[in-house]
Amino acid sequence: MAIFVDENTKVVVQGITGRDGAFHTKAMLDYGTKIVAGVTPGKGGQEVEGIPVFDTMLEAVNETGANTSIIFVPPKFSVNAIYEAAEAQIDLIVAITEGIPALDESRIFDFLKKKGTRMIGPNSPGIMSPGKSKVGILPAQIFKEGNVGVISRSGTLTYEIVYNLTETGFGQSTCIGIGGDPIIGTNFIDTLTAFESDSETSAVVLIGEIGGTDEQEAAEFIRDKMTKPVVAFIAGQNAPKGKRMGHAGAIISGSEGTAAEKIAKFNECGVSVAKIPSGIPELLQKN
Amino acid sequence: MKLQEYQAKNILSEYGAKIQAGKVATTADEVEKIAEEFDSMVVIKSQVLVGGRGKAGGIKLAKTPEEAREKAEKILGMQIKGLTVKKVLVAKAVDIADEAYLGLILDRNTKKIVMMASPQGGIDIEQVAKETPEQIFKIYIDPFLGIRPYSARYLIGKLYDNPDLIKQGIELAMKLYNIFVGVDAQLVEVNPLVITEQGEMICVDSKIILDDSGLMKHPDYLKLRNKDEYSQEELEAKEMGLSYVQLTGNIGCVVNGAGLSMATMDLVKHYGGEPANFLDVGGSSNPKKVVKALDIITRDKNVKVILFNIFGGITRCDDIAKGLIDAIAEFKPNIPIIARLTGTNETEGRKILKDADIPVFASMDDVVEQAVNLAK
Repeated sequence: MAIFVDENTKVVVQGITGRDGAFHTKAMLDYGTKIVAGVTPGKGGQEVEGIPVFDTMLEAVNETGANTSIIFVPPKFSVNAIYEAAEAQIDLIVAITEGIPALDESRIFDFLKKKGTRMIGPNSPGIMSPGKSKVGILPAQIFKEGNVGVISRSGTLTYEIVYNLTETGFGQSTCIGIGGDPIIGTNFIDTLTAFESDSETSAVVLIGEIGGTDEQEAAEFIRDKMTKPVVAFIAGQNAPKGKRMGHAGAIISGSEGTAAEKIAKFNECGVSVAKIPSGIPELLQKN
Repeated sequence: MKLQEYQAKNILSEYGAKIQAGKVATTADEVEKIAEEFDSMVVIKSQVLVGGRGKAGGIKLAKTPEEAREKAEKILGMQIKGLTVKKVLVAKAVDIADEAYLGLILDRNTKKIVMMASPQGGIDIEQVAKETPEQIFKIYIDPFLGIRPYSARYLIGKLYDNPDLIKQGIELAMKLYNIFVGVDAQLVEVNPLVITEQGEMICVDSKIILDDSGLMKHPDYLKLRNKDEYSQEELEAKEMGLSYVQLTGNIGCVVNGAGLSMATMDLVKHYGGEPANFLDVGGSSNPKKVVKALDIITRDKNVKVILFNIFGGITRCDDIAKGLIDAIAEFKPNIPIIARLTGTNETEGRKILKDADIPVFASMDDVVEQAVNLAK
């Protein structure tokens, strides 16, 4: 099972001829991801790593039956790339691109909801179901097959925690980086819902950070709807107010979004919160 | 990117909103001249990017041009929350009959633009939200329909009864929405929105924050960037693609990724230390970024030790190590530097550092604990 991506995922890489697109196409192929097509307007007919390149998403989907798209297109062109994927009836879009304007993200979100298309990201490291498929830029060597689901708003902090999990014998069912932007396609609750009904997931690690109220809503959802144990970590306990900490999502404004507020909410809802990243495996053992 | 009041008002004016008449000045002479020109009572408003200018004495009323000069002499050069006032806006005073609030933000939860109005104008909207939340009215705007006159009418109807004011208010609401989407804003706010004794609707103060990611669509606005918003170090970091925020501790941190950077600061604190900064070198492996990072951190004289915490994904550990060696050769810092390198090309990276006698640790906990000990 796993969630969102598995051995049946057929991937089209948008921006496959670019530097990052080409590099990660190879890395994903090496891992065993089924990549069936690439798209770069104007480069149709070429090949990258033996994968056929098309000019448009419609041709790529019609010719290859791709059901998932990963986007490596620069911010300026990625808004169109996302609409194009949705109009070509793609089921899942994984948007790696960082720097898409928030207003465009709000329109994209609305459009995808009407189309019934799922998007992970933007500004996401991607998603990976170890042993089945990797659709993203995550370093495959630190992952291990298993039963822990991992959800995170961050990239490298996720790797840090996955590394700790693997070292202590906790393999993963699916790891998903939902993205660091204020407006994202798939949030904590969407992902928790999927993990709750996934037969291969027995526990979930949630990695949150300052900014917004997604973690607080997730905490209530876990209390009310989840039967599987969830443990959490929140980054940014010492972040100053009003400063943007690296990406747009991580900013505290007004009274919303401090780490202390989020941790208090998790505690109130009965979710254990690790004090430090390396404390997560121990909490999983207890739960 | 935050804009100054006068910059925000210029945009308002471009879009046809009626603003309080005013001119920018940098000297007391200019202020006096502008006051003479207006031939009326004026308000002298310091142009700095912080709230609470009035309370700090950065906004003053003057009845005559002479008084305007005196007041301007005091305001120009004064410090408000650590920022020096270099510019003032000299605005023609208006007779206020009513003050309201009108603003737009992008709401993370509904992922829609929300327009807010409150009859409680002239005070901080966060304060209104806390004390009298029932005095804030909202409409959520469909991203594809945009604002429509009927929803603007619903909102403005919460502010005024007079049909003429409602009409003016609807027009203003539509203009503010056009600004919000036209410039890719994060915030557009008019506070206070004033009705004068003569029944005229005027935007007396305004705040606009632009979405940094939207600036690629509006390169002209880049020149509006105020140096005051960031320190010299923050600006240099930005140019190099680094995110840097200075803090008050003595442990310098160089990390890749925002989440891991924040977690590293938290861990420093957890082991009893104080982080000197947040520094995210970002996702690429350019050794020049590491050189710049060290350049910036070593300028902070509080820093007693620098720790590198790198988890290589896209970032390659050997590139970071090479950058660090280059940086040490260039800046010859006389404080200890320690590192943790895990992930892509960790073996090569660790070897480079070991050959240069830089202590390398296997885990994030180990490197942070050691840094805390060295800073004591």
